[in-house]
Amino acid sequence: MKRSYLFLPGNQPTMLQNGAVLPADVLIFDLEDSVAPAEKDAARELVSSALRSIDYGRRGLAVRINDIEKPYIKKDLEAVVTAGARSVMVPKVNSARTLHHVAVMLDLIEEEYGIEKGRTKVIALIETALGIEMVFEAATSTPRVEALALGGEDLCADLGCPRTKEGTELFYSRSRLLLAARAAGVDAVDTPFTDARDEEGCYADTVYARGLGFDGKLSISPHHLRPIHRAFTPTEEAVAFALEVVDAMERAKREGRGAVSLRGKMIDLPVLRQAERTLELARASGMFTAEMEGAPE
Amino acid sequence: MTRQTKIVPSLREAIRQSCLRDGMTISFHHHLREGDRVLQTVLTECSVLGLKDLTVNASALMGCHRSILDFVRDGTVSGIECNFMHAQVGQEISRGALEREVVFRSHGGRPAAMVRGESHIDVAFIAASAADAAGNCNGKQGNAAFGSIGYAMPDAEHAQYVVVVTDQLFEYPLLDASISEESVDAVVVIDSIGDPERIMSGTTRVTRDPIGLLIAEQAAKAISASGLLRDGFSFQTGAGGTSLAVAQYLGEIMREQGIVGRFASGGITGLLVDLLREGLFETLLDVQCFDREAVLSIGGDARHGEISATRYASPAAKSSVVDRLDVVILGATEIDTDFNVNVHTDSNGVIMGGSGGHSDTAAGAKLSIIVAPLMRARLPLIVDRVGTISTPGEDIDLLVTQYGLACNPRRSELSSRLERAGLPVVSIHDLKAKAESITGIPARVIHRGRPVARVVSRDGMLLDTIAMIED
Amino acid sequence: MNSKQMKRARAGTLESGDVLVTIEPADSLEIKLHSPVINQFGDAIMRSVREVIDSFGVTSGTISLEDQGALDCTIRARLATAIRRSFEDEEGA
Repeated sequence: MKRSYLFLPGNQPTMLQNGAVLPADVLIFDLEDSVAPAEKDAARELVSSALRSIDYGRRGLAVRINDIEKPYIKKDLEAVVTAGARSVMVPKVNSARTLHHVAVMLDLIEEEYGIEKGRTKVIALIETALGIEMVFEAATSTPRVEALALGGEDLCADLGCPRTKEGTELFYSRSRLLLAARAAGVDAVDTPFTDARDEEGCYADTVYARGLGFDGKLSISPHHLRPIHRAFTPTEEAVAFALEVVDAMERAKREGRGAVSLRGKMIDLPVLRQAERTLELARASGMFTAEMEGAPE
Repeated sequence: MTRQTKIVPSLREAIRQSCLRDGMTISFHHHLREGDRVLQTVLTECSVLGLKDLTVNASALMGCHRSILDFVRDGTVSGIECNFMHAQVGQEISRGALEREVVFRSHGGRPAAMVRGESHIDVAFIAASAADAAGNCNGKQGNAAFGSIGYAMPDAEHAQYVVVVTDQLFEYPLLDASISEESVDAVVVIDSIGDPERIMSGTTRVTRDPIGLLIAEQAAKAISASGLLRDGFSFQTGAGGTSLAVAQYLGEIMREQGIVGRFASGGITGLLVDLLREGLFETLLDVQCFDREAVLSIGGDARHGEISATRYASPAAKSSVVDRLDVVILGATEIDTDFNVNVHTDSNGVIMGGSGGHSDTAAGAKLSIIVAPLMRARLPLIVDRVGTISTPGEDIDLLVTQYGLACNPRRSELSSRLERAGLPVVSIHDLKAKAESITGIPARVIHRGRPVARVVSRDGMLLDTIAMIED
Repeated sequence: MNSKQMKRARAGTLESGDVLVTIEPADSLEIKLHSPVINQFGDAIMRSVREVIDSFGVTSGTISLEDQGALDCTIRARLATAIRRSFEDEEGA
């Protein structure tokens, strides 16, 4: 379940250590914006060392690499992929060409180091107007793409509008990214919330994004993890209904039917998929404890 | 001086009239915290008067009291008894600044020792922000108000001679007499008993550190799962950022479930005052105020009560508040695999703390919880054997860290409850191994110098000794 | 690597959990360690430092570590960065 993506500044040893206990679903080790130009080499070394030595449990491990025009981009990729990064987040994606370039570099690295081809995935960070225009092209550029993420801060700078808590300025961009992600069959990850200290605001923003269909949300502060997870927690009614759906579909299957009626509603495969996702979210939120009987394992 | 007015013109005169002699014991409370001027001033006067070999019995020695070492060097002071010693004093004591062993007690053990005759106070110097000419005094009124004067109450009761030191005289009778004229021998008015800015540190704050918050949230969930959280609940926590965060998360749970607690006790902070005002707790039993919010509240809210150290935690009292406590949140510098806790010395054996109310509350509370990060920088919390036993393992029920919760094996029922609630319960040995896998295994530091302090249990038994460190 | 090409370099910070590594060219090899956990981890730190130095083929220089309780993986990373920087001819991460 990838509800929350937490950026960890690549040049801060304590933050890299803390990532091992913070409840983020995915950790994004950042080599880009949070690292000063003079410290890019230090961050690369520290992140690689951390990936190799620290036990991050079942958290997803991604690395935000630098702008691919930089001369050290190959060093970045080589270091982090061999250290164990499972995904690379590519910033400022404006075209399919950028991601082709990354994919080719990943092909070479995986081959050189005996890593299973295609193991390293790509998260495309869309943070410019051009990026939004080309988003579907980017999403389908390589089978390595697993998610599209929205970088609201930089995007607003490019659009020439203020970045606000309400986020109305991002409405179109969010929808466009979400559509492209769905059409391409990849995850859609929403922009970080603006205020590290406003947990309620983050909760409301995440509820909104989830309502649009987003699968997860980026975050730059550990204080946002709790409100993000709360926003992705299904209600007890939703969980109860989901359990009924799963049950009903199992009955239907045993009786050789592909659809069944439940409380006057037609239940078929898409509804089952939704129900399964609801139960996964419930499990991730800790709604099923050993105390509950009949909880799916 | 007469029975109508006990005012003495100066501290020096008061010391003369008290008949303080070489080798005697003088006492102080630490309610003025880092803003205190009284202890230093009294010692200066004692030194000027040529007094030697005095024992200072202070409820605590703070960083601002480091000048006590000057009086050790000039021979005025040759003995120290306290419940807590700040690192600034402790690091010198650890290096052998005092020939005689320091006696460490706890907040409850200190008055108990007076009652049992193990400790005798010749002259008590009680700083009060408000006093009248007969010696009725409190810490709630006046410019240098510090709130509860609980730690000084046993001194007023048991000392041979009691001097109230104030910087603000009120007309007789001072209505709110936390300490009454019945026990007071003399009153001295000085310019300033302390720096108000440093007496009270504005407001104490809940930590913003995400690791501290994680630990605190787990601790609150553990309390909820323990079965103790219901109407009539009683609770105590420290003033540190993580301890306060536990109170905050607990408040959230109580709010959600409509639970009303009966009392919160100990050192009181603004956060607990807020919970009182919100009606989540019915009363506060205050032995010490940690911030301005608490000081203002104790002065104006009838539900916010002042308690003496005796009533708070003395095992010699017929009963005490800690005996009634459901849950207490405590810290630790080290804990070992038998759950013994060290709050006296750091990883290098240097004195930097003391029990305070730690061993008292741990002994009395139904559930004693240690909240601490599994390591501080590279130093693991869990060791094979603690450098100093401050509180014995049998009184500690649960350890909560960011890597999991460890339950004392004596509490198997608690362990099951926590597991059923979905909390990450692990054995303390596994937690230790986890820490060592991250930090590496630390080399054991052993000190063989002469004893510089002894840790006395609340029952007056020798709990441990602290050795001098060699640099 | 030819350690005669080494120039003065540093890496890391004095933040808690980090280590500031400074390398100065010198005729012989000297390692200076300041650490709040020297009693508990001094030997372990020196062993790691020697391993990293050996793996880079460094045979001379004054290597100073101002440790603030950094974990082993952090010490190794900072040291590696400092050594690489001291070998650099010109700019370039």
